[in-house]
Amino acid sequence: MFKIIHAQFLAPGIKRFVIEAPRIARKQKPGQFVILRIYEEGERIPVTIENSDPVKGTINIVVQSAGKTTHLLNMLETGDSILDVVGPLGKPSEIRNFGTVVVVGGGVGTAMAYPTAAALKDAGNRVISIVGARNKELVILEKEMRAVSDALLITTDDGSYADKGFVTDKLRQLIENGTRIDLVVAVGPIVMMKAVSALTRKENIHTVVSLNPIMIDGTGMCGGCRVLIDGKSEFACVDGPEFDAHKVNFEVLVQRNAMYRDSERQSMEEFQAREQSASVEPMSRKIGETWGTPSGHATQGEQR
Amino acid sequence: MSPTAAKSKNPLSPKDRMKVPRQLMPEQAAELRAHNFEEVNLGFSPELAQQEALRCLECAKPTCTDNCPVGIDVKDFVQKIVVGDFLGAAAKIREANVLPAITGRVCPQEDQCEGKCLLSKKVKPLGIGYLERFVADYEQRMGTHVVPHAEPTGKKVAVVGSGPSGLTVAGDLIQKGHKVRVFEALHEIGGVLVYGIPEFRLPKQIVREQIDYMRQMGVEFETDVVVGRTVTIDELLEEEGYDAVYVGTGAGLPQFMNIPGEHLNGVYSANEFLTRINLMKAYKFPVYDEPMLDLHGKDVAVIGGGNTALDAIRSALRLGARKAYVIYRRSDAEMPARAEEVHHARQEGIDFQMLTAPVEFLSDGKGWLTGARCVRMDLGEPDSSGRRRPVAIEGSEFDLPLSVAVIAIGTSANPIVQSTTPGLGTNKGGYIQASDETQRTTRKGVFAGGDIVTGSATVILAMGAGRRAAKSIHEYLTTGLW
Repeated sequence: MFKIIHAQFLAPGIKRFVIEAPRIARKQKPGQFVILRIYEEGERIPVTIENSDPVKGTINIVVQSAGKTTHLLNMLETGDSILDVVGPLGKPSEIRNFGTVVVVGGGVGTAMAYPTAAALKDAGNRVISIVGARNKELVILEKEMRAVSDALLITTDDGSYADKGFVTDKLRQLIENGTRIDLVVAVGPIVMMKAVSALTRKENIHTVVSLNPIMIDGTGMCGGCRVLIDGKSEFACVDGPEFDAHKVNFEVLVQRNAMYRDSERQSMEEFQAREQSASVEPMSRKIGETWGTPSGHATQGEQR
Repeated sequence: MSPTAAKSKNPLSPKDRMKVPRQLMPEQAAELRAHNFEEVNLGFSPELAQQEALRCLECAKPTCTDNCPVGIDVKDFVQKIVVGDFLGAAAKIREANVLPAITGRVCPQEDQCEGKCLLSKKVKPLGIGYLERFVADYEQRMGTHVVPHAEPTGKKVAVVGSGPSGLTVAGDLIQKGHKVRVFEALHEIGGVLVYGIPEFRLPKQIVREQIDYMRQMGVEFETDVVVGRTVTIDELLEEEGYDAVYVGTGAGLPQFMNIPGEHLNGVYSANEFLTRINLMKAYKFPVYDEPMLDLHGKDVAVIGGGNTALDAIRSALRLGARKAYVIYRRSDAEMPARAEEVHHARQEGIDFQMLTAPVEFLSDGKGWLTGARCVRMDLGEPDSSGRRRPVAIEGSEFDLPLSVAVIAIGTSANPIVQSTTPGLGTNKGGYIQASDETQRTTRKGVFAGGDIVTGSATVILAMGAGRRAAKSIHEYLTTGLW
């Protein structure tokens, strides 16, 4: 049982949880993640670690509502508990002085890009960060990213904040302006990481992406998270989650992540029907009553 | 043959004992059980058990015990059954084996105790596994097993992994008075016993009962700890005050075949397929959230011939598969699965495609599996495993239509502990180096055993290693000598 010390929405559908997990807090390094399970019948899902406080023994995770589990998670409040949190999993990001690094965060991926950017800055790199979101409301961690970056560039798809466009537009401008870039780190939706990768491949700029395949155990035991790297199967949980972007087969990643789309839709529909039904006890209330204070209302999520 | 008939409480002469037929295990009818997850074997009644026990020849030098990885005193416990002292029989087994209800169900007895039974020279061997299971279940039903308590020694041992070898180490050491804490990466205790072996072969309630018993003995468990990531071996020894660590992290990364199409949707590793079913209860979706592909009316194949392969394909059948194939590249004789499982699988209607191997998985062009292109094999000269090497027959290709394929061809070493423990020696395959006798590794105070040392093997071999390790850890803790 892992207690939620603090829960707060960063943006519509994106929530930050401060969770009591002393062992994980002591060990977490940038680039790593946790797997959690909310309740007994729940599935195990990988979730980004934004930060940790080894002294207080807490970790921060950032969750975007997408399917049933993330919706349920985002209904939990301060004082509730999560049944299982295990980690930190995956290999940490490679942190050393590369020179100039561009860190790209797309949507909720910004939460995972942030600790890496901070560590790269600490290691003496010049850090240029690019944060992209669909609209103004969904730009997260702007202040935090600014604090660890020599320059911060922001784009929104609809132009409701900062510059209209995509993160790749900003990256292309940097390249065209003759900025010497030694490394690009990109964390975000697959389509974004794929676009970044396509751009930097042409320019021959070493690029690292953090992959988010379907996972169960997170220790290499099940092989469900296998990704095709340079034509060979590798496991994102033990060999990754970060890989050389130019070797990643993004098509296979997209295809494998869609494997349970029908089940995920069914889960979500039944969940929503239950939450709205007057005659059945809502799931969120059930979990709240079991493990803490009753939770708030569902937030309509954004698919990242 | 030298039965000690003089002292024996067995009323039958050795000759008459051999006339008693091996008692049949009552089981669920094949056509019924192929559609449910209830246990296949129903267990002996006291009468059946006593009848079977009468068959024991009470050899002066019992080869059954010699051939048991944990050295159970078979002759003694079987004689206790003859006289109706079932609890005494259970206590006798427990001296050597902390998980009798589990080994009675999953051991390959034909390769061990029963394989060396003197009876088998003339008639069928004694049903030692059935008898072990009977007394363990009897003891559990009576709720009378004694909880031993030893004088505390003040020493602390960390056990990494809660599978069969870790549980054995924990059970043995707690009885010596050491404090024992078991760390498990998953959210449930039991390792392969809960994520790997299905309900119809080993009900999870049995595993829980055995673990509850260990808790009563004082063993502590901590779930959600991936040793190497959440905490390192060095931290356990230096900061958390453990005097010794046992590494029993088990079967590692699933192997794939490296043939085209392995990344298609519909291709699973056996570990993933079984974990979804057993640990995550995906077959109860949507009551449980973890999904799996719907197998109703689908054609499913497993590739491989071990217990894991049979567990996977028999699960697929129970989940509604229309056709369920085992694709194995060698012949019946080389199949490593337990004989009883092969027998049960055939009864249930599993289609065994022997001397066959897939060379490619076929796709619908949209990323989904539609079949496997296979070749037929011939057996050539023996390979490094001593088994005859399969050789593809030219021009024998054929396509087998499939919706789901499960790859069960073994595992390779999981690197997490090794890569985070400086000075811990590994062998060529990346498995942890440990002494066959003492299970000591190259690091002082660190012991290892089970699949992480030997590669994929059986529950009982892992338990045997656990037993040797417990003995050697106790020695180390008592003498301080390395």
